[in-house]
Amino acid sequence: MTQATDETRLRALTPQVLAVLVSRGADFAAAEDATQDALLQALHTWPHDPPRDHKAWLITVAWHKFLDATRADTARRRREDRHDEQPTPGPTTSTDDTLQLYFLCAHPTLTPASAVALTLRAVGGLTTRQIAQAYLVPEATMAQRISRAKRTISDTRLDQPGDVATVLRTLYLVFNEGYSGDIDLAAEAIRLTRQLDTAIDHPEVDGLLALMLLHHARRPARTTPDGNLIPLARQDRARWDTTLITEGIHTLQRALAQDRLGEFQAQAAIAALHADAPTAADTDWRQIVEWYDELAGLTDNPVVRLNRAVAVGEAEGPRAGLAALGELDETLPRYTAVAAYLHERDGEVETAAKLYMEAAEKAPNLAERGHLTREAARLNGVLRGDVDA
Amino acid sequence: MAKYLLLKHYRGAPTAPNEAPMETWTQDEFDAHIAYMDDWADRLKKTGEYAGGLALAPEGTFVRYDGEGRPPVTDGPFAETKDLIAGWSIIDVDTYDRALELAAELSAAPGKNGKPIHEWLEIRPLLTEPPTITG
Repeated sequence: MTQATDETRLRALTPQVLAVLVSRGADFAAAEDATQDALLQALHTWPHDPPRDHKAWLITVAWHKFLDATRADTARRRREDRHDEQPTPGPTTSTDDTLQLYFLCAHPTLTPASAVALTLRAVGGLTTRQIAQAYLVPEATMAQRISRAKRTISDTRLDQPGDVATVLRTLYLVFNEGYSGDIDLAAEAIRLTRQLDTAIDHPEVDGLLALMLLHHARRPARTTPDGNLIPLARQDRARWDTTLITEGIHTLQRALAQDRLGEFQAQAAIAALHADAPTAADTDWRQIVEWYDELAGLTDNPVVRLNRAVAVGEAEGPRAGLAALGELDETLPRYTAVAAYLHERDGEVETAAKLYMEAAEKAPNLAERGHLTREAARLNGVLRGDVDA
Repeated sequence: MAKYLLLKHYRGAPTAPNEAPMETWTQDEFDAHIAYMDDWADRLKKTGEYAGGLALAPEGTFVRYDGEGRPPVTDGPFAETKDLIAGWSIIDVDTYDRALELAAELSAAPGKNGKPIHEWLEIRPLLTEPPTITG
């Protein structure tokens, strides 16, 4: 077993250990700190002294950590009482406890960023340092964000029904942050969504998991070795991960069979149609437009209508795409990039080249800026007669 | 969350309503100004919105490559460049409005006679990683 899988397996026990401490009466914030300390100790100790029962070891150590911490700030008498009533570790958690932790860490009173941080730590078992590195902020800042989040939910009871939608939004945000630093947030989001999927039967959980798997399947083909973005139409589809695609499609079918359509299922359906096409030219754009219409009925996110305009451009021709685009707000992120693409498809190379450059200046990230600048350079080369279109 | 760079200019920003050359400030006024900015940063550390910051020496030099095997060429230092950055902070916040709110708080740092300078700060979004899902 490699060290990486070891750590992943260890972290998978996090919510169960935390839930045991909470069920024994520890308040959430203290239980979370104690669980985190136990995980760190495990990472340190297990390589040379592995326990027979991982979970029992973690529970015992975490409980002691909790008691030690409690000792530091409560009266001696009360501490001794706690020691007297120390229970024996055992299999006392169920998937329900894990589910309650997801609900708590993505509680609607938390801001999305706080929910993300708390979920990664309390459910994902990541250290504050790892989370800070992934989100490119100082560790102290992330520590404060997490402890504020814990204070915000300190009066929330674990046994109240939660909001699946905020949990899904939180996991979606983690996935979409992509990859930076040592922690692969996309893979972590998939792990946490799979774990959630075993704890609750809900078509949108399946929908989100399918969406993640289908997008993750394309990751090896999404960038050149030096990190440049490759648009979907130019990706080498042989490099898509067919195992993930198959799992994604099965997961989506399971969700759709329940006949309770939601935003994530519709997005996953679009991703599945792309995954299904052996070449870009084989893409069933008419069906994709229909799914975008469904999606537009489920969410008022304007990005959906922007993407729909691209799909219309492919299904009915660039003029139709430009007409659909013309109905949208020009200040939408990526509006200009879409306009550039549709104008190029319509043969207006000069306009497209200018728009690509304009879009590059507005790009929200370096990879897109690089991609759009290269597109502009490619078309300017065509205009100068350096290369054929 | 999105990160924003706040730039404080010695020169190059529009003139602040209560601008007065620093050499006309008293020592207490100067200390109060610095303390205000430190407090601002400390507060943001507690809210989990602080992502870094540094002050810069006012004097800088231009430098460029001058060809293989040759030492870099420098030009300056220039005392009178149009734009001069005094320092920067990076904040990591939920919304653009929150970024504006925090910048405005920093801009209220006291100057001469202990009154807020209403200094103009420049705010620039940092570019991010590309999202996994765009469509």
